[in-house]
Amino acid sequence: MTELNYIQAITLAMEEEMTRDENVFVVGEDVGIKGGVFRATDGLYDKFGEDRVIDAPLAESAIVGVGVGAAMYGMRPIAEIQFADFIFPAVNQIISEAAKIRYRSNNDWNCPITIRAPFGGGVSGALYHSQSVEAIFNSTPGLKVVVPSSPRDARGLLKAAIRDNDPVLFFEHKRAYRLLKENIPTEEDEVIPIGKAAIKREGEDVTVITYGINVSITEKIATKLEKEGVSVHLLDLRTIYPLDQEAIIEAAKKTGKVLLITEDNKEGSIIGEVSAIIAEYCLFDLDAPVKRLAAPDVPTMPYAQPLEREFLVTEDKIEEEIKQLVRF
Amino acid sequence: MKTVENEHVHLGLTDEDVLDMYKKMLLARKLDERMWLLNRAGKIPFVISCQGQEATQVGAAFALDREVDYIAPYYRDFGVVLSFGLTAKDMMLSAFAKEEDPNSGGRQMPGHFGSRKHRIITGSSPVTTQVPHAVGFALAAKMKKESFVTLTTLGEGSTNQGDFHEGLNFAGVHKLPIITLVENNKLAISVPYDKQVASETVAIRAKSYGMYGEKIDGTDPLQVFKVIKEARERAMNGEGPSLIEAETVRLTAHSSDDNDAAYRTKEEKEADRKNDCIVKFADYLKSCGILTDTIETNIVETIQNEINEATKYAENAPFAPVTSLTDYVYEQ
Repeated sequence: MTELNYIQAITLAMEEEMTRDENVFVVGEDVGIKGGVFRATDGLYDKFGEDRVIDAPLAESAIVGVGVGAAMYGMRPIAEIQFADFIFPAVNQIISEAAKIRYRSNNDWNCPITIRAPFGGGVSGALYHSQSVEAIFNSTPGLKVVVPSSPRDARGLLKAAIRDNDPVLFFEHKRAYRLLKENIPTEEDEVIPIGKAAIKREGEDVTVITYGINVSITEKIATKLEKEGVSVHLLDLRTIYPLDQEAIIEAAKKTGKVLLITEDNKEGSIIGEVSAIIAEYCLFDLDAPVKRLAAPDVPTMPYAQPLEREFLVTEDKIEEEIKQLVRF
Repeated sequence: MKTVENEHVHLGLTDEDVLDMYKKMLLARKLDERMWLLNRAGKIPFVISCQGQEATQVGAAFALDREVDYIAPYYRDFGVVLSFGLTAKDMMLSAFAKEEDPNSGGRQMPGHFGSRKHRIITGSSPVTTQVPHAVGFALAAKMKKESFVTLTTLGEGSTNQGDFHEGLNFAGVHKLPIITLVENNKLAISVPYDKQVASETVAIRAKSYGMYGEKIDGTDPLQVFKVIKEARERAMNGEGPSLIEAETVRLTAHSSDDNDAAYRTKEEKEADRKNDCIVKFADYLKSCGILTDTIETNIVETIQNEINEATKYAENAPFAPVTSLTDYVYEQ
């Protein structure tokens, strides 16, 4: 066991996969000698050289598009988008190309690319270094979208993404990078399957379904509420597209009271689909309306700290929502 | 015509080679013509043509090593993919959207080529996305120290896309073994070159990507062969990528759903007809004594039979079962 923070776990996963398979390589902006703006690729350049840790020109469509080509050839590219906010020039390559390559070629070609991008706010990142962009991709069959909530999951899921024979978008909450630490069984080659949600906590009163950094925040609140006699059941989606329907249904039925949380804007977010699944399959098991806790429908969070904080899902807001559901 | 007699011999091509090139060009043309008839007869929904560009396509494909090289073609490239192993039957199966279509099993429109077996990289409809893909193949070749080049093709309108700039710049920075061939037919659907491209030629854009650039006569397959062969040699010698612009003509409307009467005059179209690469190459082969009347009759007859059989086969072939709709979204 080794104690690692979230970003160290990501670096370790890449290092291990590059050691295991010479077809794995990294391409992105400043990923080489600098080791990435967040230092996610720290040390990889020294260990694997400039041919496998490629400082790409500042052009996101090429970072993904060249990766898509290399992946079709049989390589295992890890394309890093410096901030998820900058992924949009590459969306054509992700949605029109990577996602459809297997389907459009009737299984003749496939595209095993991993696209990593830091997302999320609360770090004074303002409008263009804070966004949750995952919902853009949640109606694109052919893609898998993964958001790890802990260092251990980050390592295990990234390994799975790199080994997956289809394209995987891997969104890392940038506030989690150095905030979350955990003992990880680094002596094991732990690969955590994509497509499976995880029950983080068993409970009886209220079910919380969320992903990313809000998992650890909810865990903290649940621990606190337990002392007050409130028992929270917590499901971490882990893969947000395609969703683990079975796990969602089971978790919703467990307590009959469901709180869904995302840092994204409310309308059109991932949790809207989670809510639809619950409405479709769990109507007669519900004891309260499904509640959604999300950001207001403004473009994204402003730079000024009071406004940023107002935008974000906070511990207080989560606690209040859970308590309201208990009382319902 | 610019070619001098027996020019092909100087390029290392035998009489048989050039006759093969002519056969591929003619097969592409005749297939295309048949598809228009089938479309107008209501038998196939869509056609997008190669007519006028066969010399560029076949000349380029023959200049590659068709046993090892990869191609990322665009929708007009009948001549390229036929030279890389697709058959008349394959093309008709695609036109009729049948299960056996090797490109997509009838999932994609015609002109969206792809075949791993033939090293034809699967393509889509948003133009120019194939350019970064081809660069990715070339990057893989460099990383794995594999000896192949990748050729990608596109129209001149597509050279305005960001992916063209991003892809070629990446290729130039990393000196990758890739050839980008722009088939400049001077029309992007309805918009002429001078409203599409601000630079005098597409080829001079090569300078800003740190690569070799050249504009050539795309109606002459031998000139295309020569220039692409040289580009391939540079790529294999580690001298980096090339951007070749082949000037061609477009002898049809953009597609079967387009009427070019709104944007082209009869005179323009007649002028293009006089620059028909098939006629010009036939004249050259005749002047060399390679294409005799007897040989020509035999070639035409063989191709017509091949197309007749392909059409009949494809028309009668089954569609993919509806239960296959959900297959291969992900690995199964």
